[in-house]
Amino acid sequence: MIRLFKVKETQKELAGNSDGGTPTKKQSAGELRLHKDIAELNLPDCCTISFPNGKDDLMEFEVTISPEDGFYVGGAFKFSFQVSPVYPHDAPKVKCIPKVYHPNIDYEGNVCLNILREDWKPVLNINTIIYGLYHLFTEPNYEDPLNHEAAEVLKNDPKAFKNNVKMAMSGNYVKGLGYTKFY
Amino acid sequence: MADAAPPSKSRDLDKLLLRPGNLVGPTFDPGVQLRDDLQEYARVLVVGAGGLGCELLKDLALSGFKNLEVIDMDRIEVTNLNRQFLFRLEDVGKPKAEVAAKRVMERISGVNIVPHFCRIEDKDIRFYNDFNIIALGLDSIEARSYINAVACSFLEYDSDDNPQEETMKPMVDGGTEGFKGHARVIVPGVTPCFECTIWLFPPQVKFPLCTLAETPRNAAHCIEYAHLIKWDEVHSGKAFDPDNPDHMKWVYDEAVKRAELFGIPGVTYSLTQGVVKNIIPAIASTNAIISAACTLETLKIASGCSKTLSNYLTYNGVEGLHTKVTEFVKDENCLVCGPGVLIELDTTVTLEKFIDLLGEHPKLLMTKASITYRGKNLYMQAPPVLEEMTRSNLEVPLYDLMDKIPKDVLHATGTIDKDGKRSSGLRKLRVVFKGIDGVTDMDMAGGA
Repeated sequence: MIRLFKVKETQKELAGNSDGGTPTKKQSAGELRLHKDIAELNLPDCCTISFPNGKDDLMEFEVTISPEDGFYVGGAFKFSFQVSPVYPHDAPKVKCIPKVYHPNIDYEGNVCLNILREDWKPVLNINTIIYGLYHLFTEPNYEDPLNHEAAEVLKNDPKAFKNNVKMAMSGNYVKGLGYTKFY
Repeated sequence: MADAAPPSKSRDLDKLLLRPGNLVGPTFDPGVQLRDDLQEYARVLVVGAGGLGCELLKDLALSGFKNLEVIDMDRIEVTNLNRQFLFRLEDVGKPKAEVAAKRVMERISGVNIVPHFCRIEDKDIRFYNDFNIIALGLDSIEARSYINAVACSFLEYDSDDNPQEETMKPMVDGGTEGFKGHARVIVPGVTPCFECTIWLFPPQVKFPLCTLAETPRNAAHCIEYAHLIKWDEVHSGKAFDPDNPDHMKWVYDEAVKRAELFGIPGVTYSLTQGVVKNIIPAIASTNAIISAACTLETLKIASGCSKTLSNYLTYNGVEGLHTKVTEFVKDENCLVCGPGVLIELDTTVTLEKFIDLLGEHPKLLMTKASITYRGKNLYMQAPPVLEEMTRSNLEVPLYDLMDKIPKDVLHATGTIDKDGKRSSGLRKLRVVFKGIDGVTDMDMAGGA
């Protein structure tokens, strides 16, 4: 129970004394948890992270994945991460920046990765998401398509798919859409 | 009884405040003085002037609180009028806080309500320290989390890790969703804070993007397709604004087309709003019940006329009525309300030395620590890009890095050794620098 009126007097005294003790807002719990995730990042060599707003703003950052095997060798795929103040209750918002011909990434950069949406749990972290994204490049999967056409090709004719990826990554059009050039 | 004196306006309140009782709080001092002081001195902030906020303002004013303020950033919409009973059709478009304050003052004499038409983040933190109790009528986790962090930031602990009563800022939090609701009392340092129990909130339902893109099975899938995928395809770069009726109409039209394509029934404009804005229809009676519970708790905290509920009441009116009070427990390591670990330092200790000290501190045993202070990352062990940017801080005295503030909180992440088991952890640290004028005085004032 609060001793309201004693409190009142104390407050008045404090206010009279000085302003020095006035607390300022602390970091949000989401920022602190993110700080922990970032400080514990353990990325493979093929993944790099950068902070466009400098070392003190971790809530927005970019991760670049350069696959070492699979269809996408030779590319460097940059993803933007946006983290909410109520992280890890909400998953970060992740978008793929370059235009990539990929069954699980659409032309707007939306990514179909279960742990980014329906399977997100607060025990997961930034590291798990980055590994999940990396996995999309080594094992693109036609069962969860966002780019329907690419998924069909991968399913029915992996050789043609490989060829389409090469075409796209060298900056050519595939089925009428232009993609980001990597080589 | 015709010649009896007219009943006092505070007749029912008097029964609580003028008489002693068995269930009263430890500091309860019944009498006219208490009733009058309560009216004169108790200052309550109502956060939110929506469904719950309207009820709270009315209930608090009728319970004898005379110094109220209300903060809300929204303007009144037509769809509010069925339950936000302080508003009329001609008020549509006006700020909720201002109209709500005006209407309650018109109806209840002697009460003064100051409205604040702005975001909760716009107010200086000192604004919130001015109130004895904060009553929350909010609908989002973000806003609750923010107010909770502000209220808990006033809390101070003494050198034995006991919370100091005069720094506690109690909150009473209400929430409703359809026929369900909750009322809880948060006394920082005593009961669990919002962050201690954030896991109580179920995660939002999110559909897999590929289901939306490929195999929609219900109306909500069609709406989310239009909202999350189609919008970006058509409006490259333009952000979707859920409060813009044109945007909402566009999403609805696209969702209808999508539903027709897949032969899915049930897409309506109101469902579109519901899915996109995550709205569950509000029920006026639920708001009234939850607000009544919150107001009673506010009165109990302020007057001590009864022990408060401990500490979380749930109400469910879906089928019949079920209500239950659960006593949740504090997270002792809570980063927001917990005491953290007290560390006394000389002003000459460098950041590097400080990080070493954390490894030896018996309550921490934390190695490989990364340190963050008020949004500044002083040192990061990883990733390499941040380690490089923060490395030069290692040789700087921590006192300088903390802007020569004699006593403040910072946070450390690292590997914690507990009972021989190592795990990663994030800890709050209360750093006090020795031999700085003012600090010793403050400590003595706190302990006296």
